[in-house]
Amino acid sequence: MKRAGFYLLLLLVCTYCAGPLIWQFITSLKPDSELTRIPPLLTDSPTVIHYISIFKGHPFLRIILNSAIVAASTTLFSLMIGSLCAFGLAKLKIRYKSLILGFILSVSMFPPIATVSPLFIIIRALGLRDTWWALIITYTTFSLPLSVWILTNFFKEIPDEIYLSSRIDGCTSFQSFYRIILPLSAPAFLTTAILVFIFSWNEFLFALTFTSTTASRTIPVAVALFPGLHEIPWGDIAAASIIVTIPLVILVFVFQRRITEGLTSGAVKG
Amino acid sequence: MKREGGNRFVVPALALLSVITLYPILYVIYLSTHRKLLIFHISRFIGFENYQFLLRDDRFWNALKNTLYFTGVSVSLELLLGLCFAILLNRTFRGKGLARAVILIPWAIPTVVSARMWEWMYNTDFGILNYVLGVKINWLGSPFWALNAAILMDVWKTTPFVAILLIAGLQIIPGEVYRAARVDGAGNWQIFRKIMLPLLKPAILIVLLFRTLDAFRVFDAIYVLTGGGPANTTETLSVYAYKVLFQTLQFGYGSTLSVVVFLCVGVMSIVYVNLLSRDKKA
Amino acid sequence: MAEIRLERVEKSFRNSVVFRQFDLIISDGEFFTFVGPSGCGKSTLLNMIAGLEDVTDGKIYFDDIFVNTLTPRERDVAMVFQSYALYPHMTVYENIAFPLRMKRVRRQTIDSDVKRVAQLLGLADLLGRKPKELSGGQRQRVALGRAIIRKPKVFLMDEPLSNLDARLRIDMRAELKRLHQELRITTVYVTHDQEEAMSLSDRIAVIYEGAIQQTGSPYQVYAKPENTFVGGFIGIPPMNFIHGTVAGTDPFRIELNGLILSPQVGRLPSGNRVIAGVRPEDITVSHEKTEDSVEVTVRIIEPAGSYNWSDVQWHITRVKGKSAVASHLKAGRKAFMNIPVGKMLVFDADSGERL
Repeated sequence: MKRAGFYLLLLLVCTYCAGPLIWQFITSLKPDSELTRIPPLLTDSPTVIHYISIFKGHPFLRIILNSAIVAASTTLFSLMIGSLCAFGLAKLKIRYKSLILGFILSVSMFPPIATVSPLFIIIRALGLRDTWWALIITYTTFSLPLSVWILTNFFKEIPDEIYLSSRIDGCTSFQSFYRIILPLSAPAFLTTAILVFIFSWNEFLFALTFTSTTASRTIPVAVALFPGLHEIPWGDIAAASIIVTIPLVILVFVFQRRITEGLTSGAVKG
Repeated sequence: MKREGGNRFVVPALALLSVITLYPILYVIYLSTHRKLLIFHISRFIGFENYQFLLRDDRFWNALKNTLYFTGVSVSLELLLGLCFAILLNRTFRGKGLARAVILIPWAIPTVVSARMWEWMYNTDFGILNYVLGVKINWLGSPFWALNAAILMDVWKTTPFVAILLIAGLQIIPGEVYRAARVDGAGNWQIFRKIMLPLLKPAILIVLLFRTLDAFRVFDAIYVLTGGGPANTTETLSVYAYKVLFQTLQFGYGSTLSVVVFLCVGVMSIVYVNLLSRDKKA
Repeated sequence: MAEIRLERVEKSFRNSVVFRQFDLIISDGEFFTFVGPSGCGKSTLLNMIAGLEDVTDGKIYFDDIFVNTLTPRERDVAMVFQSYALYPHMTVYENIAFPLRMKRVRRQTIDSDVKRVAQLLGLADLLGRKPKELSGGQRQRVALGRAIIRKPKVFLMDEPLSNLDARLRIDMRAELKRLHQELRITTVYVTHDQEEAMSLSDRIAVIYEGAIQQTGSPYQVYAKPENTFVGGFIGIPPMNFIHGTVAGTDPFRIELNGLILSPQVGRLPSGNRVIAGVRPEDITVSHEKTEDSVEVTVRIIEPAGSYNWSDVQWHITRVKGKSAVASHLKAGRKAFMNIPVGKMLVFDADSGERL
């Protein structure tokens, strides 16, 4: 009896979490006429017209490409710069180590709005408006606290003696880093990559500020500013939402454990 | 143990951070003391005038009020709901991985997408919410309901994150502690209050830290869901600052607002970090 | 091969002395062990020789080359850690080959060298395995292989056998000894196990509380300990210490529990009190009364196979001695203990030093 109660509660929780998305999916399959039908329920004649419409009337493919390239590049750079930094902090001698780590972590508490006006001026002055680079550089920077935090914790777990052995065997600290430490860090890199990718894919404020043309926008901006001539095209928006969410949902289902590990990394240690 | 110098490993990250965050912070403080209209090339130093204006600016106080309300209610609800989820899910059962994945969905979706989703659900005439509840409330157009609607959406989106962190916190508590308490005669509620909550305190503090700062800085959700309306009833500090900057192009006053947000968040961080380190020492 | 010379080396950390100043020369090809209880500073010493730790004061020379400022790699030392520190993601072959790859040795040379070392250590069949697939003893040998293959000037080993079980430890001890005899590389070894130190080393330095108590061959530290710590640390079961007083200075006589004895000493004690040290293996407990024996009460009998250790009570002192199985001693009964004055060492009670 208790078991049934538990599974019922579980079902409720899952409905609460996935419900809105499922409803959006159903919406995306409804022809326009049915969108305004009351009661708003399942449709008798599902259609993919909205999915076609967003690619035809819109450079939606281009927008997806923008998001993909920015997110992928950000992940790459964040991992590179973040892992170097984490290695130094975890294994080497650096003055003011805790100060540096504290500074890096404090950046995650900066309100983006506080930096958006000066960054906008700088980006405009450098002619980087509407480019991928503007976003890549910004996202890489703001994802560094996450990368550095997860990777530093992970590197610290690798026994010191393995690093010392490699130094005695003849490695410079950099050789030790990429021959010994990196190969052992694949899991942490995967976790970090997933979290940074999701962060970059979902970011809105900077993308809104730094892009002005439809061709250079990323997905969040496009979905937010979806144009409608007279009324809001709810069907199209629903379709766009679903397309955009699919990769994320897949990521979440495949990497659920890693994501959880990454989010709780060091945060709730004793 | 003697270690090699690692300064060069840290330089790229620090350089990037300094250029993209430190320098802009200094710049924004500088801007806040100017009257600067972007396109029209007007730029004049006016000292603290912007700050004086801010203190008299009703719209600022309104935004502050909205932000505080949003933060307070949102974080409280998330904590409560997240705790319930965590307690429910903190056990092994078939389909645990699947359940965890489903719970992560709201967290993974872009806030923007979730805002549009809920916007559609909140639709007065055709939204599913009104249908299910049997009412005809103008959620996003009513000065009373709008901010609460935004809070509801934010709670939906961020409860998973809270739940995940709290589950991790729960898993650190060894099972025997509960059993020992039961043997000692404690009932469920007492176990919850006297054992679970105190031992969860570090996790709860961390959750509060992240969520309070995030809620205070909220932008995406409000901007897309309500745009700050109706009649500025949902306008939070970040949204107000953004509008001043990019709609009225007043980079001077907009920067002033930004600096105030920065300072508020800074103070809150310091308070939390102190609380955290004091808790750790205890 | 290298001779290691340590001149006036001292180690301090934040104004407190971790290791007191000392001089030491380790000869080329020697197997030299630092032995002492946990926390005495012996690992710090090893790290200083390796270059993993700075010396606060003093100079270290390898074959007259000043090495204080050189990194471990530049000093050409190889080190085996207690935890072996094998590279988990590499096979045995790659682990052993690693130091040579860092030196950019040609691949064919690496191949023949690795195979040769593997053969030497009995690892030839395991070359394709990863460390997690190996037993403790096998991992130990891979760590040794990785160290040997470089033909370093100096071998440094920090308690390499401590993680092995008792039987394996004895087997590996023999292995290390064999290797040393074959390769003749200067080896500096650190352990807390005095038996290990005795069986492996050419010379031993006994360390206690950050200072070298005595340096010498195994026999020297055993038979001629310079103070009560060395006397009590070396040898199992530990040396018996019996408190007594000076009964006369010319000739030198001491009084132990009423017994007057005339042991050989090198000098006179500073005060009136002495400590007599006799090893259990030199004391006989039996029912036979002889000229030198005293009456004791047997407390505990510990069988050791072909003989017994007998714990006896001699007035106020507890003493351990050897007894024959056939003597049928019983706990609680009286017996006789024979104290060999010739094998007795006398220590000054105040300074602990041997007279």
